[in-house]
Amino acid sequence: MTDSDIGVAPPETLRAAVWGQFRKHRGAVFGLVVLVLLIVFSVLGPFVWGPEKLSVAEALKSKNLGSSFVHPMGTDQLGRDTMQRMMAAGKVSLAVGFVAMIIAIFLGTLVGVLAGYFRRLDGPLMRLTDMFLALPLIPLLLVMVMLFRDKIARNLGPEMGAFVLIVFAIGVTSWMHAARIVRGEVLALKEREYVLASRSIGATSRRVILRHILPNVVSPVMVAATLGVAEAIITESVLSFLGLGFPPDFPTWGRLLYEGLEYMQLYPERVIFPGLAISLTVLSVNYIGDGLRDALDPRIRGR
Amino acid sequence: MLTYTLRRLLLAIPTLLLISLVIFLLVDLAPGSPASEIPLTVPPEVRMKILEALGVNEPLHVRYLLWLKQFFWVEPLNGFDSLFGTNFAEGMQRIISYQSRSPVFPLIGERLPQTLTVIGTAYLLGVVIALPIGIYSAYRQYSLFDQFGTMFAMIGFSVPTFFTGTLFIIIFAVWLGWFPTKYDTTLVVADWESFLKQLRQMAMPVMVLGLANAAAISRYMRSSMLENMGQDYVRTARAKGLDEQVVVLKHVLRNSLIPVVTVIALGIPSIFGGAIITENLFGVNGIGSALIQAIRGNDLPMVQTLAFIFAILIVAFNLIADLLYGMLDPRIRYD
Repeated sequence: MTDSDIGVAPPETLRAAVWGQFRKHRGAVFGLVVLVLLIVFSVLGPFVWGPEKLSVAEALKSKNLGSSFVHPMGTDQLGRDTMQRMMAAGKVSLAVGFVAMIIAIFLGTLVGVLAGYFRRLDGPLMRLTDMFLALPLIPLLLVMVMLFRDKIARNLGPEMGAFVLIVFAIGVTSWMHAARIVRGEVLALKEREYVLASRSIGATSRRVILRHILPNVVSPVMVAATLGVAEAIITESVLSFLGLGFPPDFPTWGRLLYEGLEYMQLYPERVIFPGLAISLTVLSVNYIGDGLRDALDPRIRGR
Repeated sequence: MLTYTLRRLLLAIPTLLLISLVIFLLVDLAPGSPASEIPLTVPPEVRMKILEALGVNEPLHVRYLLWLKQFFWVEPLNGFDSLFGTNFAEGMQRIISYQSRSPVFPLIGERLPQTLTVIGTAYLLGVVIALPIGIYSAYRQYSLFDQFGTMFAMIGFSVPTFFTGTLFIIIFAVWLGWFPTKYDTTLVVADWESFLKQLRQMAMPVMVLGLANAAAISRYMRSSMLENMGQDYVRTARAKGLDEQVVVLKHVLRNSLIPVVTVIALGIPSIFGGAIITENLFGVNGIGSALIQAIRGNDLPMVQTLAFIFAILIVAFNLIADLLYGMLDPRIRYD
């Protein structure tokens, strides 16, 4: 006789439990759907949708068109198809958000684990974190972009240079919250019995951290990471909005909005489309973060 | 409490020094320095003269110390002089803006009132909107009102202010024509007419910033209320027959406001950062737009000074929030 014959349900895996709880959060599911749609729109969109290249004369004729079957979102002041630009911009905006988040989370987890695990490093690293938290970030980011843009553009090319600079600048100025959260978790975790047991059989600090501590801080880090994506996308669009982001022919949603401002009175849709895209992305990411927080918390899950 | 305050004040000094060093080095070591702005056709001896006049040919540590001295000693002395008509600061070199060739601090002083009127009103409005929403949301948890409040807050801190701002301009200024699109800084409020005009031009920036702030604060108010609603003293108050109004507005509200007050204090410096966007969008001639102009014009002294002032604000309000928390909550004693 096997287990299933007695009628005992197989134990629920952690992944299934988390997914089950996540699905109950209506906002989170809505967020996930919207985010996936936006990603599909920007990444797969260009393969499906690509109006043919226009000659100069044709481009002149198709300036400032309204929405039509050929150009669903109209064209801009140079006759470029707005939808195509929205797709290209979305790819960059989302890429900036994700890469900057990865940098920030990596730095944050590193600092947090080191500060939480090694008592000697705790003081100096946390003072460093406090100092970073007291830095006026938007002004500093603006200064960094303004001062280093030309230099880096000369070495890496204007597009790659701007991308590397902005992603790096956002990453190194937004790791502090993750570091604090991780440090708090590690401080509690390292007093647990299984850490003591593992140390008593002679495991090195490196092994204890990689095997026992890190897997247990994954859930708070994941929540911080989702919220980090939203923050990075907003920061990038603020920089672009102030005219200090990417170069003009390398659009992001923030950049499109900035360019649309000039024509806001006649063609408000040029501001509304990119603005809506940014807002929807951030809103959905925030909802996903909310749902993840509930789903990953064992005290809430299963109730 | 006093020893704690003193200790925190002393600890703030190295933090600020470190931040000032970071800001100074970042701006100073960057490739876009004034030396690279001089055309190559300028003969070397003239170039040296220009650099000397800008004061950038000295070694790095000398310039940093000079800047610190100017910031913390010369400028306050100048402020003292202009207040009391003395002349202690005579002959001392002030921080000079590259753009306007005049001292930086009076320039900032000219800009500050505009920022304070718009941003200050917006923050006050945000608090005034947020508190009742938060209180009622918590009191009727999971009600329709609460769910709308939650959605409003989520949208409020997801939609960036530059988008709400442009939307407001399109709707209220372009379509409806209620408010002017640009803020007129030269307007002098002298009579009722001009006061109304001032109100109308302030309406949009204040609403944009106010709503963004209200979203976050109402969430804090709600969760703080919820935490206190389940406490034993609330049950006691109800059990002895107190009015529901008294229980909620007196017992619960007072205790719930403690963390919210500190959150409000902590938010003040960050709204100066957020004001950069709003000021640029609506053309408010405040310190945020001064910073952008300085950055565009490569005006290093102005950028350094403004960025450092932002940093001082952050450190100061962190300290104020911590002290307020200790004063308001008797359970927290720092000594």
